[in-house]
Amino acid sequence: MNKLKALPKPVKLAFWVLLAILAYALPILEPPIISTPGVDFGGVLFVVTMYCLIALGLNIVVGYAGLLDLGYVGFYAVGAYTAAILTSFHANWPLLLSLPFAVAATTIAGLILGAPTLRVRGDYLAIVTLGFGEIIRLVAVNTEWLGDRRGISNIARPPSVMTGEDGGVVVGEAEPGLKGIFEIPHLYWGDGTVLVDTEDTTQFLVFGVLDQIPYYWLGLTVVLLVLLADYLIKNSRVGRAWEATREDEDAAELMGVPTFKFKLLAFATGAFIGGLAGALFASRQSFINPDSFLLLFSILFLAAVVVGGQGNRWGVLVGAFLVAYLPQRFRDFDDFRVLVFGAALVALAILRPEGLFPPRRTVRAKQMEHELEVLETGHDDGEEAARV
Amino acid sequence: MRRNKVVGVGAIALTLGLALSACGTTEDDNGGGGGGGEAACDLTLAFFGPETGPAAGLGQPIIQGAQLAIDQYNEDAECEVNYELFDSQGSPDEAPSLATEVAGDESIIGVVGPAFSGESAAAGPIFAEGGVPTVTPSATNPTLADNGWDTFHRALGNDATQGPAAAKYISETIGAEGVFVIDDASEYGAGLAGIVEEDLADTVVGTDTIQAGDTDFSATVTRVNDSGADTVFFGGYYAEATILIGQLRDGGFDGTFVVADGVKDPAYLDAGEAAEGTIITCPCIPATDPGVAEFAEAYEAEFGEEPGTYAAEAYDAANIFLDGIAEGIDNRADMLTFVNEYDEAGVTKQLSFAENGEPSEVHVYAYTVEGGEIVPEGEIS
Amino acid sequence: MEFDYQFLFSNLPELTITGLAFGAIYALIALGYTMVYGVLQLINFAHSEVFMYGTFATLWTVWALTGTGGGVGGIQLLLILLLGLVMAMATSALIALALERVAYRPLIKKDAPRLIALISAIGASFVLAELMGLRDKVTAWVGLDDDLDRYVSGARINQSMASVVNMPDVNIGGLSIKTVDLLVIAAAIAMMVIVDQFVRRSKLGRGIRATAQDQETAALMGVNPTRTIQYTFLIGGLMAGAAAFLYMLKIETTKFDVGFLLGVKAFTAAVLGGIGNLRGALLGGLVLGVAENWGQALFGGEWRHVVAFVLLVVILLFRPTGLLGESLGKARV
Repeated sequence: MNKLKALPKPVKLAFWVLLAILAYALPILEPPIISTPGVDFGGVLFVVTMYCLIALGLNIVVGYAGLLDLGYVGFYAVGAYTAAILTSFHANWPLLLSLPFAVAATTIAGLILGAPTLRVRGDYLAIVTLGFGEIIRLVAVNTEWLGDRRGISNIARPPSVMTGEDGGVVVGEAEPGLKGIFEIPHLYWGDGTVLVDTEDTTQFLVFGVLDQIPYYWLGLTVVLLVLLADYLIKNSRVGRAWEATREDEDAAELMGVPTFKFKLLAFATGAFIGGLAGALFASRQSFINPDSFLLLFSILFLAAVVVGGQGNRWGVLVGAFLVAYLPQRFRDFDDFRVLVFGAALVALAILRPEGLFPPRRTVRAKQMEHELEVLETGHDDGEEAARV
Repeated sequence: MRRNKVVGVGAIALTLGLALSACGTTEDDNGGGGGGGEAACDLTLAFFGPETGPAAGLGQPIIQGAQLAIDQYNEDAECEVNYELFDSQGSPDEAPSLATEVAGDESIIGVVGPAFSGESAAAGPIFAEGGVPTVTPSATNPTLADNGWDTFHRALGNDATQGPAAAKYISETIGAEGVFVIDDASEYGAGLAGIVEEDLADTVVGTDTIQAGDTDFSATVTRVNDSGADTVFFGGYYAEATILIGQLRDGGFDGTFVVADGVKDPAYLDAGEAAEGTIITCPCIPATDPGVAEFAEAYEAEFGEEPGTYAAEAYDAANIFLDGIAEGIDNRADMLTFVNEYDEAGVTKQLSFAENGEPSEVHVYAYTVEGGEIVPEGEIS
Repeated sequence: MEFDYQFLFSNLPELTITGLAFGAIYALIALGYTMVYGVLQLINFAHSEVFMYGTFATLWTVWALTGTGGGVGGIQLLLILLLGLVMAMATSALIALALERVAYRPLIKKDAPRLIALISAIGASFVLAELMGLRDKVTAWVGLDDDLDRYVSGARINQSMASVVNMPDVNIGGLSIKTVDLLVIAAAIAMMVIVDQFVRRSKLGRGIRATAQDQETAALMGVNPTRTIQYTFLIGGLMAGAAAFLYMLKIETTKFDVGFLLGVKAFTAAVLGGIGNLRGALLGGLVLGVAENWGQALFGGEWRHVVAFVLLVVILLFRPTGLLGESLGKARV
């Protein structure tokens, strides 16, 4: 990481561009070892991007603002259900039109939930949000207007860009007859040889049924955009206010930071991103029912953020990747995979208690704290009980 | 450092060159069909449903039922049929990626599943577009057949055929005057209970919902007793039914307990005394039929337990595909035609499908629990 | 949504007593959450699995000693049940101690952030639940599956000890009450009182309270923090085992994932009463159990869990630290 920092700017830029291209090309390359036997690699990667989005959103709430949210799946559900209702169940809107409404609905849900509950401190917030997540799911289960337990089908897919029969460009629903503007062949990894497989191609920007890769590209693009926004927010006044609130709420309040307002803002921003992920997820699934929004998912989302290193956007991306990808990659373990996943969580927690990639500020703060302690006590004794 | 990069580029160029020169080799079909009447090789049947996760208990009998059919086929087959499990954990989340994988693997020419209605709804369009014939042994939501998926088939009666039969039994055979309808908030249970409630309209004295996974139903028991019902219908699976009937009997309810095929599982007998007299409706032929008895014996010999819920349906579903393979079918399109035109006796029913994939005739039978066993009572007609 | 007042009021006593009985089980599980939280400020997510192992200990003890036919009665049955209780408490305590040793102590030593301990707990919870859910496969590896067939088969479905214990109903003032419900409520309250008095009066209890208040100072005063934390887990485990036994007496059925939902509810109960507060755990559990039953009577079973969570949110809005407040660390207890 340090070596990378030292490189001149154009080289750094080239490095990031290359990395992005590699990310886009991943499902086309289908490299062995990394690709997932037994389940579609493109589909898994799409789910990974959704987890990345969610982790970025939850990271704002948990990592930046320090609010423990165990009901994040509720926002994800609000986004998914808004998109489902507007594009299929009660109206026939195109997906892109429904997206702003989905994120708006989720942001409002975040404000409504946050306004009363953010006055509750610390771990109480965890159980209150957990309760809200469950309430949202149970309301969906029991309300006919929301498709109850049977769920909602035929949710709109993103618009495809295709070559029409007359050679012109057509934008709209994917149709089996129409092809994309161009096709991209996949690689085929045989024993020791690598082939370009002209039979197995992906239609560029055709959001059909059988190919998950365009959805992955869409998901990845959204992740990159959110990442950029996250970078801008974190380095703004808002980001500093969040950090101050997290480190010491009373001190921040004394310094003139309206902590409640900023906590609410963090909650709403997190909800916004969660809702976006939910709507995109619903679109790819084309079908949702309440089973997609179980409490367990809130826990997995939180695991992604904490394992990766809460507060560090690259860390939580890695965490999201691991949480979404590992159980799919290790399908060979069959029924032992949940057990292996659990053991991996324990091992990660014990070996890397700060997360895989702790934010630099945490590392710095820790060091300073340690130095202070050495000064105070006069001897180097780092063993202290677990306190945040 | 720099030199390494050059080597790297060279390697890439080399690979590309190799790739271009070898282009098309992957298009070769292996097997290539073989002669008519001879079974093709390297074919795979897939199971699509929960192998792990909270619904794994329901997945296991289905996995084993299909496994038994395939094992029996492979015993004297020249070319063995492979069996691959696609574990969805019963969740619709996993369904699209898994279904895409199934659709992309040309060697898979038939799917036993998807096990639940939710995952069927999510995976259905993908199977339809990929032309993968599916026969579900357990998904009972009636609307699944309305999507126009040619590949969709159902090896059991849906809620709309089982519900009325159960209602008929309750009103005619039992002659119930007050019926209390309980569901487990699952798609299967609530769908079925809704239909029973509608059909019995006048005699329904109350309804309640329990949550799958809950274990204390005391408030529901109080409500049943308060309503003065003489019959309780429960739409749901055996896991909750076993606990519910125990608590109903403990709470003093002494009327008739009626359930549907989701409870026809040996595990239901764990309820002991309390289970006695329970009426189970099921669109499956009783074991007094020699074919069915043979299946039950073979299943028990192989897995050391009696066939559980939907094991027989899964066995039937797999056998449809295996019959097709035995006739030399080696691609999905032919298999789909074969399944659509199939008409043979299975262990649960005469297996043939209507245009929309529903079984063309469904006979619902009544079973009762007597002396710690589930014994057939006769057809509900 | 319809409100069935009439039904609720005409059946109030019965709904209340059955609610109290299940609430008492919540309370005993909640005790483990609340004690660990009080001392470590840690949500011991895997506590639900501690409970689950207790239910299996009870089940297997009863199975092993009653044979297949059942038909055991009188003193013999009583002894078997007592042994079941002891086994459940011992098993749960062992699991709780193992949990502390493997999943928490390394983190506490490293002065890790609290959230990572939660993740470790979640991981441990998955491992424990899945181990039980895969007991057939695990024993097959060791080659013991044939000998233990009855205990390990059907690892993923409900296992039951139905019709082993049959107790007549008690009649109080024309109201027929199940003996088991009374027994569960009485036992739970008795055990809570014992633990409460123990923590208040014994030397060890004082150590626990001191550590909860200020670990460092307590250590300076001669309280061994590691030992104290161990005892906290031990007491939580013992109570979870007792809860498991009472649960099996009442419900008679268990499964590898039975802990999850109960654990969430018990934790809710702990927060409701004021987390870290032993009496709060009892009150929270009982209130939650009764509220669920009343809520179901009023709104129907589909809203049962919604009632529980809405109650929690409302109470926390008005009393941000729960019904009785946090107090494990407070001197006045």
